[in-house]
Amino acid sequence: MSSTEELALRLRRHVVRMCSRGGSAHVGSGLSIADIVAVLYGAVLRIDAAKPQWPERDRFILSKGHAGACVYAALAERGFLDVSALDDHYRNGSRLSGHVSHKGVPGVELSTGSLGHGLGVGAGMAFNLRRLGGKQRVFVLLSDGECDEGSTWEAILFAGHHGLGNLRAVIDYNKLQSLGRVSETINLEPLSAKLRAFGWHTIRVDGHDHNALRAALADAADDRPLCIVADTVKGRGVSFMENEVLWHYRSPQGAEYAAAMLELGVDVVASHA
Amino acid sequence: MSWPAMREAFVQALTELAARDDQIMIVNGDLGFGVLNDFIERFPSQYVNAGVAEQNMTAVACGMALTGARAYTYSIGNFPTLRCLEQLRNDVCCHAANVTVVAIGGGFSYGQLGMSHFATEDLAFMRTLPGMTVVAPSDPWQAYELTMQLYARGGPAYLRIDKGSAGLAAGPVEFGKVRRVREGEHAVIFATGAILSEALAAADLLAGQGIGVRVVDVHTIKPLDVEGIRAAVEGRAHVFTLEEHVVTGGLGSAVAEVCAEAAMSLKTFRRFGLEDMFPDVVGDQRFLRARYGLDAASIANVIRQILVN
Repeated sequence: MSSTEELALRLRRHVVRMCSRGGSAHVGSGLSIADIVAVLYGAVLRIDAAKPQWPERDRFILSKGHAGACVYAALAERGFLDVSALDDHYRNGSRLSGHVSHKGVPGVELSTGSLGHGLGVGAGMAFNLRRLGGKQRVFVLLSDGECDEGSTWEAILFAGHHGLGNLRAVIDYNKLQSLGRVSETINLEPLSAKLRAFGWHTIRVDGHDHNALRAALADAADDRPLCIVADTVKGRGVSFMENEVLWHYRSPQGAEYAAAMLELGVDVVASHA
Repeated sequence: MSWPAMREAFVQALTELAARDDQIMIVNGDLGFGVLNDFIERFPSQYVNAGVAEQNMTAVACGMALTGARAYTYSIGNFPTLRCLEQLRNDVCCHAANVTVVAIGGGFSYGQLGMSHFATEDLAFMRTLPGMTVVAPSDPWQAYELTMQLYARGGPAYLRIDKGSAGLAAGPVEFGKVRRVREGEHAVIFATGAILSEALAAADLLAGQGIGVRVVDVHTIKPLDVEGIRAAVEGRAHVFTLEEHVVTGGLGSAVAEVCAEAAMSLKTFRRFGLEDMFPDVVGDQRFLRARYGLDAASIANVIRQILVN
């Protein structure tokens, strides 16, 4: 297992544990992006936990804020937070809200949760950083359902028009949105062709293949924004959660929690025996 | 210095600011034909037209601000406010971003253009956003001064630019402080924006009939000058507010909150503004004010009837 694959496994354990302890929804969303987030935080993002506001840092925006647990976990693994702080997720008085929040959480660039906000803000960051001659890159992770939002396409138009080569979007294309299949709700296909028509460079990858993700995310910048359309599986890593809309909502408890953790290599029953 | 209108005064102020701060950015919503030409020519890298896409305009401005810019979104009426209200709330205000929203055409400025262009609920929406500063100048010189003062203050702000003007001579104006522009001992009118001119004209009419009205310019709606409002009411039992805006949530509501929380013993509290409706006709600013009882004669009549009885 590569170091980022090991990180992804730890992120999945954190996500399942946080969603169980907090009684929170969106466990399937967190598992869907675990590999993308692990490659970003483990191998791509130029960030420094000792200097969260370092001006030269890359920016990362989780536009699909409902998968916040996975980003909090990555920030903890990278030393921005204490791992023990993850226990507070979703609890009364916690700063670790269900949808990702920047308030009092070092390393979070943008609070999100309402879909369709992240790409526009990321485009503004990329525009201004480029204007100032900076080398920083701006990464934005979107959901597929979020591509229903008009504001997402406004930002796609803007970034394409301005050739924001320092902007890299990743679409977590797990084919499931809130109430069902993307193809049966608002079909996005042909998704890559749409993005190319808007002036973007696109790469389609298996969103759980770390080598492919790393190569795509490191793709040499040109004068076009880059969108990685990442084919993913919602709930990836826990067999009974995979491709099930139910796990957009359900919190794993009791035997379900134990079974999920066992699939991720942790025997919670034995460890409590 | 004088300007033909508030819009030009704002652009002048921003041009001066841009000359000394290269982080000033205008993010335009594809409006303002000709008005920004000089700015664009002098500071081409500090201007971008985001097209007819106000949600993205606001998000982009926020992203710029989060990387050090002082961003100004610029559009007409409801477009940079209501159309992108959630971007203002979640992106700009929640992140305390240095974004100033500039809306051209407050109230009935574009009265002939119809309902879409009546900016008559904006103060209420903007006032409720946490961390949002709300300013409505009454004259071009004030738009210039307050643009400078908002820049010095920083943070999320809303600047409501009126086509009209109250016609007052330039004088001192301090962000966050009400200005008393006419003295009178019997009643007080608080007004915001260029419609201040109607309050002044009403005060003139009433003065001729022996009724003294103090007129107060509330150019800063938020943060509200609570002490200044309390002091302006002092000794007067009749309080009026005037705004080219619905009576819910704007200046009238804000002043009422101050009076209620101070447990003032008043005989009259009356808000002049639009009731819960959409205007059914179009017309210029003066025409529409008169039609909806917001002109000097209508205001003076109401005040006279109340004070004489």
